[in-house]
Amino acid sequence: MNVGNTSPDSLCQPNSGVCVGSWALSGCGCCRSCLRCRDILVTTAGKWNRAGGPPPPLGAPPPPSRLGEEAEEDEEKEEKEEEEEEEELRGRARRRGGARREPAPVLALRPPRFRPARLGSARPGLHRPLRAARAPPGAAMSGQQQQQQQQQPQPQPPPPLPGAAAAAAAPPPGLPAAASPGPAAALLLHPPPATAAPPPPPPAGSSGGGPSAPGGGGAGAAVGLPAAGGVPAPFPHGDPALNEQEKELKRRLKRLYPAVDEQETPLPRSWSPKDKFSYIGLSQNNLRVHYKGHGKTPKDAASVRATHPIPAACGIYYFEVKIVSKGRDGYMGIGLSAQGVNMNRLPGWDKHSYGYHGDDGHSFCSSGTGQPYGPTFTTGDVIGCCVNLINNTCFYTKNGHSLGIAFTDLPPNLYPTVGLQTPGEVVDANFGQHPFVFDIEDYMREWRTKIQAQIDRFPIGDREGEWQTMIQKMVSSYLVHHGYCATAEAFARSTDQTVLEELASIKNRQRIQKLVLAGRMGEAIETTQQLYPSLLERNPNLLFALKVRQFIEMVNGTDSEVRCLGGHSPKSQDSYPVSPRSFSSPSMSPSHGMNIHNLATGKGSSTHFSGFESSCSNGVISNKAHQSYCHSKHTTTSLNVPELNNINVSRSQQVNSYSSNDVDMETDHYSNGVAETSSNGFLNGSSKHDHEMEECDTEMEVDSSQLRRQLCGGSQAAIERMIHFGRELQAMSEQLRRECGKNTANKKMLKDAFSLLAYSDPWSSPVGNQLDPIQREPVCSVLNSAILETHNLPKQPPLALAMGQASQCLGLMARSGIGSCAFATVEDYLH
Amino acid sequence: MISWILLMFLYLSVPAHLSENPPKRTVEVTASSRHYVDRLFDLDPQKVLQGVIDMKNAVIGNNKQKANLIVLGAVPRLLYLLQQETSSTELRTECAVVLGSLAMGTENNVKSLLDCHIIPALLQGLLSPDLKFIEACLRCLRTIFISPVTPEDLLYTDATVISHLMALLSRSRYTQEYICQIFSHCCKLQHWHSCGFKSLPQPLLCANGPDHQTILFNHGAVQNIAHLLVSTSYKVRMQALKCFSVLAFENPQVSMTLVNVSVDGELLPQIFVKMLQRDKPIEMQLTSAKCLTSMCRAGAIRTDDSCIVLKTLPCLVRMCSKERLLEERVEGAETLAYLIETDVELQRIASITDHLIVMLADYFKYPSSVSAITDIKRLDHDLKHAHELRQAAFKLYASLGANDEDIRKKIIETENMMDRIVNGLSESSIKVRLAAVRCLHSLSRSVQQLRTSFQDHAVWKPLMKVLQNAPNEMLVVASSTLCNLLLEFSPSKEPILESGAIELLCSLTQSENLALRVNGIWALMNMAFQAEQKIKSDILRGLSTEQLFQLLSDSDVNVLMKTLGLLRNLLSTRPHIDHIMSTHGKQIMQAVTLILEGEHNIEVKEQTLCILANIADGTTAKELIMTNDDILQKIKYYMSHSNAKLQLAAMFCISNLIWNEEEGSQERQDKLRDMGIVDILHKLSQSSDPNLCDKAKTALQQYLA
Repeated sequence: MNVGNTSPDSLCQPNSGVCVGSWALSGCGCCRSCLRCRDILVTTAGKWNRAGGPPPPLGAPPPPSRLGEEAEEDEEKEEKEEEEEEEELRGRARRRGGARREPAPVLALRPPRFRPARLGSARPGLHRPLRAARAPPGAAMSGQQQQQQQQQPQPQPPPPLPGAAAAAAAPPPGLPAAASPGPAAALLLHPPPATAAPPPPPPAGSSGGGPSAPGGGGAGAAVGLPAAGGVPAPFPHGDPALNEQEKELKRRLKRLYPAVDEQETPLPRSWSPKDKFSYIGLSQNNLRVHYKGHGKTPKDAASVRATHPIPAACGIYYFEVKIVSKGRDGYMGIGLSAQGVNMNRLPGWDKHSYGYHGDDGHSFCSSGTGQPYGPTFTTGDVIGCCVNLINNTCFYTKNGHSLGIAFTDLPPNLYPTVGLQTPGEVVDANFGQHPFVFDIEDYMREWRTKIQAQIDRFPIGDREGEWQTMIQKMVSSYLVHHGYCATAEAFARSTDQTVLEELASIKNRQRIQKLVLAGRMGEAIETTQQLYPSLLERNPNLLFALKVRQFIEMVNGTDSEVRCLGGHSPKSQDSYPVSPRSFSSPSMSPSHGMNIHNLATGKGSSTHFSGFESSCSNGVISNKAHQSYCHSKHTTTSLNVPELNNINVSRSQQVNSYSSNDVDMETDHYSNGVAETSSNGFLNGSSKHDHEMEECDTEMEVDSSQLRRQLCGGSQAAIERMIHFGRELQAMSEQLRRECGKNTANKKMLKDAFSLLAYSDPWSSPVGNQLDPIQREPVCSVLNSAILETHNLPKQPPLALAMGQASQCLGLMARSGIGSCAFATVEDYLH
Repeated sequence: MISWILLMFLYLSVPAHLSENPPKRTVEVTASSRHYVDRLFDLDPQKVLQGVIDMKNAVIGNNKQKANLIVLGAVPRLLYLLQQETSSTELRTECAVVLGSLAMGTENNVKSLLDCHIIPALLQGLLSPDLKFIEACLRCLRTIFISPVTPEDLLYTDATVISHLMALLSRSRYTQEYICQIFSHCCKLQHWHSCGFKSLPQPLLCANGPDHQTILFNHGAVQNIAHLLVSTSYKVRMQALKCFSVLAFENPQVSMTLVNVSVDGELLPQIFVKMLQRDKPIEMQLTSAKCLTSMCRAGAIRTDDSCIVLKTLPCLVRMCSKERLLEERVEGAETLAYLIETDVELQRIASITDHLIVMLADYFKYPSSVSAITDIKRLDHDLKHAHELRQAAFKLYASLGANDEDIRKKIIETENMMDRIVNGLSESSIKVRLAAVRCLHSLSRSVQQLRTSFQDHAVWKPLMKVLQNAPNEMLVVASSTLCNLLLEFSPSKEPILESGAIELLCSLTQSENLALRVNGIWALMNMAFQAEQKIKSDILRGLSTEQLFQLLSDSDVNVLMKTLGLLRNLLSTRPHIDHIMSTHGKQIMQAVTLILEGEHNIEVKEQTLCILANIADGTTAKELIMTNDDILQKIKYYMSHSNAKLQLAAMFCISNLIWNEEEGSQERQDKLRDMGIVDILHKLSQSSDPNLCDKAKTALQQYLA
């Protein structure tokens, strides 16, 4: 089944500016990184078998609890039929010179969990993959709930599209005519680069937060919709001006309060239509407040609170109120109040309520009598209120001038509040919709500097050298953990440390890791069983995970079992640099840290993979990885063009042209001996941008394209072996379930792996990123940790532990109302 | 406690001595020093070099060793070696380094070095091609010039020095740092008074030729130093900034140039604003605020520019906060006082910013009672700065309250404010006294305060004391304050008079100093307003008629106006008029004639005509006018003058002369009718000016009655 055909329409047109997304290829070179192209393709393709005939019975879906099992039973039956069908298709594909692009059904694994949603929506293929685009593979577990939420608010597909979308989602099986809708749909669904499908923003937990209306039409909306935000869109998507304002608000809030996790603690964005006294009227998107009572006595006072309390993670919070009209008497109060404080009052009069009043300029600190505080304010003035959550004080500003501290010892979780008392009073709030009159960022800078100076000056170690020794121990343990034995040895020698683990043991681990990272899972499992006989027995889930990976590597054609059948030269099969570990280079270490993250919170220990999910969804870090990847890309390209040529000329049977490339480089690094660590970043990069490389070098590959990626290395025997292995795996899964009870993570893993076979070109399929060598890293890490545990060594290196602990601590600070967490992030200290 | 501290000192200092010198007495120490000096005279240049290097290591951080070496005559030898062309560059460099080290010591060390004419030698050294040597010389020069004992003029004795220094600015970051530092310390204003900002722009030419600012400016200091503001080295940036703050201070020429200079596409004011950011070091924020303040006061930046209103002013207010060091608070308050001195809007903004008025009250709480004995070091520190803090606070209060009554009220309502001013007036430090008087003066512009708090606190007493034998600068402010205190409604007026104010003020009118003359006569004028006969006579007697005429011919119009005002105040109520005119009538009439004939502005003439009107109100004094045809003609002339004010004043005169109920009014009416006054009155009654018209009609009625 050769789908790597480079017919003109499937190639990207360089410089065209438009991504001519191809159904078959993994991406197109027109975008700088095909990650994005890939993401978009992912979004268009749908994850589940879409070609295996009509969708599974649409009848009343069985209760969810039973769904999975039934589905699996179905699978057994379908499998055989589909195998035959696949055979037929493959033959046809060969005859047609690889013209078809629609996926070939191999295994019909249905995702029971999603079926209802899918059925409910006209374009399942457009919805589901959103998560895939945002969260890296294997990240579905915790995302599922979210996902379902996401699907709810999604707009219905616009009229012109369904046809194409449907075609894309379920092309009539086996019809040659279906070849054209594929690319066409992809094209259509491909939003203009500027408006839609922002490269999945490094999630950082919350960035979705807002209702950011993705621009463009329905396709764009569907494709680019970010992960569910906690905050519903206050405005309909229709008004571009409001959208613009929304965007600016979001941008400004993000810049002002980067540490706030809006999923957990949303920021105030408007006044709450629910949390107000009846004499208050709201307009202009709940930003304008006017008084509509009689205003005869103070009993007619009325207040309104913002939608959310001020999150402590803001560190410094600020909002402004413009007095549009002072009304009859100008009895206006601006301030803060806790939830539940009587709204039939001006802010400041009651307990947990604080206000600055315009008529007399007094400040009211939970008391009916005010203290002289500042000037009076009236029509045209802009009054700002700044809450310092680090020292729990508050000051006001008038027309951009700070008036000095008004309140100290403020309680947590206060809401921005305004109160009015006489007819005609109108005020407008600015929660970040517009630039502030007062230079709040300058004030924040001062506090950031203060906090950072405090951290820098934190006293360390009372005894001399203790601190240094500790640091050295941490570094050493880190090196040992990841099996950089030469470096660890050299480091230990120069710092007079003792390495706890024996050198042989480190080398053993290193050997296994190398095998895993080279994709030689079978050998890796074997070696593990040899060296640590009882390890995998005691750890069936781990063994299962390894086997699943082995299956994936079989598909990839890299696993030893398949490889020997495929008759490729071992060297060119190694699509992954056999390095001790690039996974663990500092910029790439989130997975460690985040594993700990889960352990620390005590929720993730049951499944290994849940750890990876969080690691992958950690925005900042993956962002960094991305950068380093971009960087190394250029290096690689420039370095290896001659080599590539060389290889192409020799026409060695490569699975991926880039892989041999990597191997060559790798060799170089080995000759450098101890320089392993320094090569990490580089290897990391090169390993990540496989597809990219390929695209860059399309020209050179034209004649060898026939030899490109093939299922299981292209060998028939290997395919059979793989399918056989798949059955074993299925059996193992069932056995596991019987013995250990249900394990959703395992099930999901298996399902994802099997899904690979649903596509004619698994590499460019929505689930294709499983084949990415970088996906070996989590498995490798888990295995490494498990081995270390048997030695009674820490499962995680103390360095990663400390890092995880620091990030946890910051999160905990945010939850406990300690504002200084806003100005200290772990990333600031990772260079 | 003290003994414990002393013990601590001993404990700390002993090991240091032990490590450097063997535990011997002073004699041996001197002997070891002599050894160092002797080695400078060795014949082998290598040994000399080694000797200098050893000496360098011996003197670092050791003031005693430095003093010993100076006493033993090391300096001339070092200078000789430094200047010797035959010396190796290395040796010369080391010599400069040792000299720099010596200069780092006490002020006496610097004096000794100056006595050996070190500056010309070092300046000569700057001509060397060797950068290391140049840097060592510059470093030494820097250390010497930043010492308060060094006269700044030494830098300007040779005209080529400055241009050479400018050229050296491009050599290295060290030359940049040192040269900027030298400039900023050698650019003192000639008329810089240590105890206050000036109100008048600095004259560009001084006795010794152009002032330092101008010299540096003419050598292209602005262009040469501007790009250092974006240097990568913090020290260079900082010194360049300091240099500008000194160059631009009260110098419109420099300030005007600075606003238009740009570095890397950014205008200097923008660069300064960036340096004001709150995460920058305090020193940098403060210094750039000073630059912007100078530029604003020089008119190069508008006072309503956002970089002043939203950046500079808040930054300076922050500098006054309790979190800052005492030195920074002093500098912040003084700079802020200077910035807002003349602009009421800035005064208003400052008054509401960060509770500044309350914040300033804290300036008076040093040395704090807590620090008394428990913390000697802190007490010492507090004591040193207490005066500075108080005077800075007074100055800032003075600026804040200069124009706005509400702000004044807020200031006076600050805790113990009047007591503090009263105490400040009798402080030993002249700087504090002066600032307190300024503050009092500013607050005395409030009628309400004059009547209440000023009276309650008897501020006149210390004020009168301050006026005794005070220097002119103080007298100017104090007498201005006195002017306000002598206003008729001021309850302080009486006691001030009783304490001999008249003599004091009369003597002020004879001062060379114009401001003092104005204030003196002004105060007298206020004093004479609705005063009793005795006071008026006292004033006249105290002033003497000669002095009065002297003042009437004063070149300054202000003095003239106030003198006329005094005359007018003296000549009020009929008995007083008659009395004074009977004694001084002749002279006064002469003076009036003189002024009416002279080349004076409208206001002066109006004032003079008013005096005539007052005289015409007298019973006997009337005759002095009626018998003086010259004067009558003049009055008639002014009735037809083009200026309505003068017409009105002349009409008052006529009106007083023809008033019916008075004795002899008929004759006067007749005489004036003969002169043609009635015709003019008829004309004026048709006037479009309602005042003139009314007045003319009233006068005509006198004829009808």
